[in-house]
Amino acid sequence: MNSKHSRNIGMAAIVASVLLTSGCQTTIEPWVKPYERDNLADPIMAMNRNPVSFSYTMHAFQAREGARGAEGGAGGGCGCN
Amino acid sequence: MRVQLRVTGLMLKRSLIILICIQVLLMFAVSAMAAVLPQERADVMYHSYEGDGMSIDGPSVLVRKQFGNKVSVSANYYVDTISGASIDVLATASPYEEERTEHSVGVDFLHNKTLMNLNFTSSSENDFEARSVHFGISQDFFGDLTTLSMGYSKGWDEVGKRGDENFLEEAERQQFQLGLTQVLTKNMIMGLTFENISDEGYLNNPYRAVRFVDPTAERGFRFETEVYPNTRTSNAAAINVNYYLPYRASVYGEARIFSDTWGIDATSYKLGYIHTFGDNWLLDLRVRVYEQDSADFYQDLFARSAEFNFRARDKEMSTFSNVSLGLSLTYEHKFSQSSWIKKVTANYELDHLRFQYDDFRNVLADAPVGEEPLFEFSANVTRIFVSAWY
Repeated sequence: MNSKHSRNIGMAAIVASVLLTSGCQTTIEPWVKPYERDNLADPIMAMNRNPVSFSYTMHAFQAREGARGAEGGAGGGCGCN
Repeated sequence: MRVQLRVTGLMLKRSLIILICIQVLLMFAVSAMAAVLPQERADVMYHSYEGDGMSIDGPSVLVRKQFGNKVSVSANYYVDTISGASIDVLATASPYEEERTEHSVGVDFLHNKTLMNLNFTSSSENDFEARSVHFGISQDFFGDLTTLSMGYSKGWDEVGKRGDENFLEEAERQQFQLGLTQVLTKNMIMGLTFENISDEGYLNNPYRAVRFVDPTAERGFRFETEVYPNTRTSNAAAINVNYYLPYRASVYGEARIFSDTWGIDATSYKLGYIHTFGDNWLLDLRVRVYEQDSADFYQDLFARSAEFNFRARDKEMSTFSNVSLGLSLTYEHKFSQSSWIKKVTANYELDHLRFQYDDFRNVLADAPVGEEPLFEFSANVTRIFVSAWY
């Protein structure tokens, strides 16, 4: 039962990831044009505006909490810095 | 049966991670859109933590320099000067002083419009040595609206103990990270992050102890060494959103869930608002709430010595919550584009934290065994730094 359930999740993940990495790229047009990204490029929209302060603060919390990982945004941005 | 289910679950998770990695690598292979090197900047910071009988402060300097259009290097020097002792240590030992120094160097490389980075970090103190390497890869695609990033880190720790020359233990850590940043509208951006961390080796803190009931002891209890499992695997996932308001200000939020094989489940939520005053001033106000359940082998008071194979009384393993309120104030000055330095900021940041424990008692209080008041404390985390872009 459990292994069948695991296989179903695995198949769903394969189908989803293949669709995500192939179909979407060719069928949906980017809806925010480069000239519309002034606001996104503003430093107040950065997920990690000050790396030196961010990494210290993350360390200060992590040392006192049981949880760890996935802190503070996925990095990257809008490719406009 | 439960062990079998957990093993099957872990195998499934690992298979999914590998599958996603393969898909992402395929995507990197077929997609070649814009990617940019990190901005050239230097930061000089003083940091301070005050709370729970501890005082930790020191400098941190981060410098990043670009070479040509393809290579950027960074170096960070960081020091913690620690004095005092937290409640866990005060229960069994005396306040102490020590220093931790951390060096890290990194290189970012832009190749065929794919951004890769490699970092090496070493941390040294009189009873602990840690080294780690990190490799990351990221790429913008889909008209630069989407950024995918992946990372892998490996770390090696050597754990010593003050006053015991013969004590030497080791631990290894590895981390997988997967991130997706998506532009949703011209005013909204969203990030999804997943991180899997696994540790193996000596994962205890050698200075911490568990307490157990002993009617023959003066206070009715005694302490003995903690014993942790020598493996730990954790998964964390987070979603965060930034939204640009109709005037020059933004709101941001983050939600994170966490679970590990020690039985700790945690959630955290953060909400912030950034306001600008003219072209030069920026104010960031934020609130963060964190909650966690205790590890399976955590107890504030064990019934007897060596009651279970694994036992812990670290307050970080207990059931607790904390709330933090923070503010950042930034003054920014821009120079002309022909100037060597393009921009300078001066920053003051403060977070005030309040921790409240549900099953960790203050053994320093004068009360019958197991009826001591629950522990709580406040702390201030301060950063003062200057940043320059060139």
